[in-house]
Amino acid sequence: MTDSNKKPQEPASRIVTPTSSRREFLKSAGLFTGTAALLGGGLELLSRHPGASAESAVPGSPIVQAKRPLGPYDTSEPVTPYEQATTYNNYYEFGTDKADPARMAGTLHTRPWTIKIDGEVKKPQTVDIDTLQSWFPLEDRIYRMRCVEGWSMVMPWLGFPLGSLIRRLEPTSKAKYVQFTALLDPKQFPGQRADVLNWPYVEGLRLDEALHPLAFMAVGLNGRILPGQNGAPLRLVVPWKYGFKGIKAIVRITLTAKQPQTTWSLAAPDEYGFYANVNPKVDHPRWSQATERRIGELSRRPTLPFNGYAKEVASLYSGMDLRKFF
Amino acid sequence: MARRSGALGWLGPAVVVGGLIPVIVMALDAGSGALGANPVQRVQLQTGVLTLALLLLSLACTPLRLVFGWTWPARIRKALGLLAFVYAALHFLVYLFDKGILNSDFGLQTILTDIVKRPFITAGFAALLLLVPLALTSFKGSVKRLGFARWTALHRLVYVAAALGVLHYWWGVKKDHTQPLIYAGVLLLLFAARWLWKKRKVTPRAKKRPVGGL
Repeated sequence: MTDSNKKPQEPASRIVTPTSSRREFLKSAGLFTGTAALLGGGLELLSRHPGASAESAVPGSPIVQAKRPLGPYDTSEPVTPYEQATTYNNYYEFGTDKADPARMAGTLHTRPWTIKIDGEVKKPQTVDIDTLQSWFPLEDRIYRMRCVEGWSMVMPWLGFPLGSLIRRLEPTSKAKYVQFTALLDPKQFPGQRADVLNWPYVEGLRLDEALHPLAFMAVGLNGRILPGQNGAPLRLVVPWKYGFKGIKAIVRITLTAKQPQTTWSLAAPDEYGFYANVNPKVDHPRWSQATERRIGELSRRPTLPFNGYAKEVASLYSGMDLRKFF
Repeated sequence: MARRSGALGWLGPAVVVGGLIPVIVMALDAGSGALGANPVQRVQLQTGVLTLALLLLSLACTPLRLVFGWTWPARIRKALGLLAFVYAALHFLVYLFDKGILNSDFGLQTILTDIVKRPFITAGFAALLLLVPLALTSFKGSVKRLGFARWTALHRLVYVAAALGVLHYWWGVKKDHTQPLIYAGVLLLLFAARWLWKKRKVTPRAKKRPVGGL
């Protein structure tokens, strides 16, 4: 089309001149707009990752549970809005972007779901999630959660103390550690098709840590059934440790004599330790841990030792060099 | 020839406008909440990626001329380079904000410690510093004032800056290195194109040299 326009048409050159200059101008304007849009659009495509929209947050059905008054371990700090807590997640089984879990969680099916309990216990067994959940009265726990990346949230979990479960399993005298294993299923976890981490995800606690009343097994959030992106149907919550300790989608709990090899400490031993206690004095090699950004706030706040739970848990680590055992 | 350059007059302004579109979209996103739960981190990452993308585009201009004989990329190289600098500066400003520029205990000491202590920050900061003299000498009189040879030598720093930028991205990513790998790959490709062309051009002369020497 351009070519045929360019060809000088035979008649009346005095008419052609203004027309062609106007054409020239329109052509330039079009090219200008096109190029600007192309470059701008290309750059947007490369760099823009809008956060997951609120609609992609799986609402979850409400658990019939009356809100309890604040318990001895609850924080009274404002709770992170449900929309943000369910759309900003680190869950590499669904993908490495923080918006991936909310988008992909629909591929995870949490019923039926069984948990295998084995190792140094007197009562090894495989139990259905609903049965396991029914063993304990569910309670609310409003905990701070601090991610190793330097952000934090306040999460209203619903669940039961891990200690109650461990005691029910009756550990043998050899049991020193608790190892947790998450579901391995690339069909349900698209992120597991990539070798980003050693799948399945494994985490662990020392037995005394696991028995501490703050250590918690969550099955709900904000009074609703735990959404997939937050770790349904069963996840660990250890509020004085960095968030990655809180393994999600647990399918196996093993009591062991030896310290478990945990996923992140295998992936980057110099960056992520077994203990992973929140410690503003021990920097991550690539960033300071002295401050954090509470999701929903723009400026940072100082990070507290043991994420503010030092009074409760510091005694667990008396005599340990927390720089070495980070 | 003059008619032709006049016909391409729209190109430079189009690149500047297109290059600034992400700033506008980021501002709109900030207003609508589309930057997600951690907007500071989102803007930090996005300005960083834009810096690298524009830097690589500016570095692609010469290879495009060498390989395809196109001359138009040379007309937008400066605009692309300056846009990269604008995003690098924004990226640094967001970093300062994140470090707590609004806090009372914020100071030069905090920043310097961070830059010295962490290789990841050191690389990024060094890349930014290298871009500053390039941006300052990108104006019309600079080539004349410096002399073409010195100006060219100085502007070769962009290669180091781009390499440091990619390294900075690599180190900054926690686990999935796909994105930084793509940028590293493109950068290597652009370096390779330059190197191959230089070798091809130099070879005949190198063959002649022994003769001349005799």
